[in-house]
Amino acid sequence: MSPVKDKKPLSPADMSRRRKRSLALALVLAGLVVLFFVTTIVRLGGDVALRNL
Amino acid sequence: MSDIQADISDTSAAALGGEGTVKDYWTLLKPRVMSLVIFTALAGLVAASSDIHPWLALVALLAIAVGAGASGALNMWYDADIDALMARTANRPVPRGAILPGEALGFGLALAAGSVLVLGLLVNIVAAALLAFTIFFYAVIYTMWLKRSTPQNIVIGGAAGAFPPMIGWAAATGSVTLASIALFLIIFMWTPPHFWALALFREGDYARAGVPMLPNVAGADETRRQILLYSLILVPVTFLPSLLGTTGLVYTIVTALLGAAFLWHAFDVFRLRAGEPARRACRRLFGFSILYLFAIFAAIIAERILGIVPFTQVIG
Repeated sequence: MSPVKDKKPLSPADMSRRRKRSLALALVLAGLVVLFFVTTIVRLGGDVALRNL
Repeated sequence: MSDIQADISDTSAAALGGEGTVKDYWTLLKPRVMSLVIFTALAGLVAASSDIHPWLALVALLAIAVGAGASGALNMWYDADIDALMARTANRPVPRGAILPGEALGFGLALAAGSVLVLGLLVNIVAAALLAFTIFFYAVIYTMWLKRSTPQNIVIGGAAGAFPPMIGWAAATGSVTLASIALFLIIFMWTPPHFWALALFREGDYARAGVPMLPNVAGADETRRQILLYSLILVPVTFLPSLLGTTGLVYTIVTALLGAAFLWHAFDVFRLRAGEPARRACRRLFGFSILYLFAIFAAIIAERILGIVPFTQVIG
């Protein structure tokens, strides 16, 4: 029997904790997107606009 | 109801994990240690006097902070058994049962890998390699090996806490230099007196957990002697950044005054050996040692902000 099947239904408090953890994870992932985007722009610098097309 | 059915109905969400709050996970990162790591790494970054873009400096500090947090989570995963036995640590999320050991391990490993990757991809490889080594040193060399096997645990293990300014320096310059090693040495020599002062007034805690801290193994008097010896080495080491041309006159004066006070407190610990005055002396040294390290690295940052010329340029 798998542990997942044995698990009791989550209580409202468990659900609330899970929701907050999910929200925190979503914020971290969004932060990483911003981090990589801004860093790419910073590393490319202004010269990227002056390249030959 | 059979025993098996009773076991199944007793299986709570706690036993299967998923009980931890966001705050519990935050606690796994050891935020107070992390703040000191950020501060010393910032000092290394600004002391390097490079032209690193402020955004990249911020990214480096973030990665170093997360790497330090990962080390803390891995430490709390491995040490949950002894944490449960010590008053200071019994309420941490893993011994309290809020977070399962496997969850703490997964969290720590994910953050360790993520922080090293971010530092390597977005800043530079040298800093990332140093961060990876620091996490490995703290989690494996210190936590899994030295901490439970030798009273010299925090002498050697202290290296892990001493790396952040070197990582900050490497993030700014892409290199390791004598000047960055001098910053490493300051924290490395500071760690033994700092932790042994704590161990002297928390001796019972460490003995109960079976951690071979110096006071339990070699005795309180030997620990007091070692505290004084390390303090006598620490104070001259704090002048190395000035001799190597990293810091200026203000840092040198501040360091001299703080060093005299540190030696005063260390001598008090050495001199007062019994009763409440001895305990108070240890508490005073422990408290002052935190202020001491903070002030030394604050002086480095302040000099750079104020544009004070390095000492060697003044006398040269």
